[in-house]
Amino acid sequence: MSTMATPPAAEQNLAAKLPDETLREWLSDMLLIREFEVRSMQAYQNKKIGGFLHIYIGQEAVAVGAVAALNDDDPVITAYRDHGLALARGTDPKHCMAELLGRIGGCSKGKGGSMHFFDKARSMYGGHGIVGAQCPLGVGLAFATRYQDEVIEEGRSRHVTVCFLGDGALNQGAFHEAMNLAGILDLPMIFACENNGYAMGTAIDRGTTRADDLAVKAVAYGLERATINGMDVQKVYDGMKPIVEQCRRASRPAFVELRTYRYKGHSMSDPRKYRTKEEEQYYEEEDPIDRLANYLMTQRSFDGEAYEALVKKTRTRVREAIKWAEASPAPDLDELYTDVYVDTWGPYLGTSPPKMNDK
Amino acid sequence: MPRSIEFREAIREAMCEEMRRDARVFLLGEEVAQYQGAYKVSRGMLKEFGPRRVIDAPISENGFSGLGIGAAMYGLRPIIEFMSWSFSLVAADQILNNAPKMLYMSGGQFPIPIVFRGNGGAGGQLGSTHSWCVESMYANVPGLKMAIPFDAYDAKGLLKTAIRDDNPVFVLESERLLSVKGEVPEGDYLVPFGEAAIRRQGTDCTIVSFGRPLYFCLEAAESLAAEGIECEVIDGRTVRPLDIETISRSVARTNYCVVVDESWPFASIGAELAAQIHVLNFDDLDNHVVRVQADDVPAPYAYNLEQEMLPNARKICEAVRAVTYAA
Ligand SMILES: Cc1ncc(C[n+]2csc(CCOP(=O)(O)OP(=O)(O)O)c2C)c(N)n1
Ligand SMILES: [Mg+2]
Repeated sequence: MSTMATPPAAEQNLAAKLPDETLREWLSDMLLIREFEVRSMQAYQNKKIGGFLHIYIGQEAVAVGAVAALNDDDPVITAYRDHGLALARGTDPKHCMAELLGRIGGCSKGKGGSMHFFDKARSMYGGHGIVGAQCPLGVGLAFATRYQDEVIEEGRSRHVTVCFLGDGALNQGAFHEAMNLAGILDLPMIFACENNGYAMGTAIDRGTTRADDLAVKAVAYGLERATINGMDVQKVYDGMKPIVEQCRRASRPAFVELRTYRYKGHSMSDPRKYRTKEEEQYYEEEDPIDRLANYLMTQRSFDGEAYEALVKKTRTRVREAIKWAEASPAPDLDELYTDVYVDTWGPYLGTSPPKMNDK
Repeated sequence: MPRSIEFREAIREAMCEEMRRDARVFLLGEEVAQYQGAYKVSRGMLKEFGPRRVIDAPISENGFSGLGIGAAMYGLRPIIEFMSWSFSLVAADQILNNAPKMLYMSGGQFPIPIVFRGNGGAGGQLGSTHSWCVESMYANVPGLKMAIPFDAYDAKGLLKTAIRDDNPVFVLESERLLSVKGEVPEGDYLVPFGEAAIRRQGTDCTIVSFGRPLYFCLEAAESLAAEGIECEVIDGRTVRPLDIETISRSVARTNYCVVVDESWPFASIGAELAAQIHVLNFDDLDNHVVRVQADDVPAPYAYNLEQEMLPNARKICEAVRAVTYAA
């Protein structure tokens, strides 16, 4: 294990220097996630979606800002609240919606569901259902990029993996083992903790020590650390970008706390009795989409009309995605025995990836 | 000239040959590198392949198993060594939830070409926590393959097949067999999965087992031969895929079957084999299948109790005599 040569510089206003077009794309991505989630909740209420559905509304700035700080081939991995990350990575909403509806056109051929979105072409390594279990996998991705870059290609390590986790995952052994392994093996990765204040109904300070400053979790493992305002996409980018580049350069891990809030319940069955209306209102006033829209309208070449047009375009896009997903057939019954093993033997029928629009 | 080497050397040879052949293969586990392996299986590998490919892991089974699975998602082909399969229990979530299900959950996008290997089975007075026979419990899970080598030849050939397999493979080696020598060809050969081996031919009763208990089966078969009962001893070699055809063909000839399984009897490989044979050989059997399994108790420490708990030649002889109505 080595330590970073210099801590990442707390660079200010990186996002503010980006062109209008980039920031408009961020706004567009955040609107897409929100609209997708609103329509998913409707579909769930109409019983078109089964199982658990975890909604990302309120946290959009985290996925969009973090992805913006990465290269397209940097691996990302997350837990079950995964729609936002897949959409931010560019998975077509029609494949996401088809997955929720359990159709063959889904990004996991309808066999994963809401919690298991995957998109190999976009380096999206999933949606994982067991709290904390994606952390060792994230370590493995970072190990593999470094191994591929250095041992196989005999070049310099040039990838960074971002492993997202909820605040509830901080209490899992898998998380702590992963932090230690990443530290001891000098892996280029970032543990990005989306602290939305709650693990289901458990407020963070009821389940986690040092809830006031989660970044201290990094100290014992010798990782770089940062605390980032996850309700402001520009701050997410400003916070993530220097750490991403530092991890890439030094091949060292970091842990960041992104402070955010989920506006909806934990899943669709949650009446949110464990928190107050005032608290929810406070964060709704901090809304990441409103914030960026206001910034663009006051500081950049963007106006109310352009905003309305973007909102309309997004609605149409999601409506089209739903139409496409509904037209996609349910998986053929052969799919039951497909993808169990790579090869064909006994009752097993081999494997075939989903037909997604190639990148 | 046939060459005789130890079981542990055969495992090492398989790993070294595959690592020379494919740069994506690496070995990770506790004490595998600087210490030269807790059981000296990986002796010398650090020197040949260096610390980037032979990697000491901290005592962190869930963490480093998951590391291997994540690396396999990216396209590497890890070999993860468990000092003992008993310790894999703390990695159960990664090895049972993630490795065998990732391909399915991702709709075919992420195969997991990984090998988990290490010492399995009881037999050295290690007490309850260190004497796990995990095969029955783990074999329940679809998406993984499982191989249990019987001798040095199979240890090398099955492991090489496992490393080249694109699915997760659990290889259960027996610590009690590591020093046993056997004839092993130099260089490349593979033992295919799903092909049982007939270790002894016989006409009067079929005995089926995997791994170390096969030695007790062969010992029993010798003493039974002196009594005039000729047993056919079948080594299943791989539990998944299971070569039930070879077993069933044998039972069709002998009309009697004893299944020997080191794990506990309830919901076990022994129970599964018995059930399948009862279905396939319903008209052939002249008695129901008899199972010899570990007693349904935690593994004790005391030598006499442990010996009594595990399958042994005496119990197998009794089972064969009972099933063939010779007793
Ligand atoms: C090992 C495990 N235990 C319990 C659960 C049930 N569960 C699912 S989500 C969740 C809360 C996790 O909260 P957090 O990590 O903060 O993520 P968030 O839902 O806030 O995004 C629980 C207890 C689970 N999926 N896995
Ligand atoms: Mg949370």
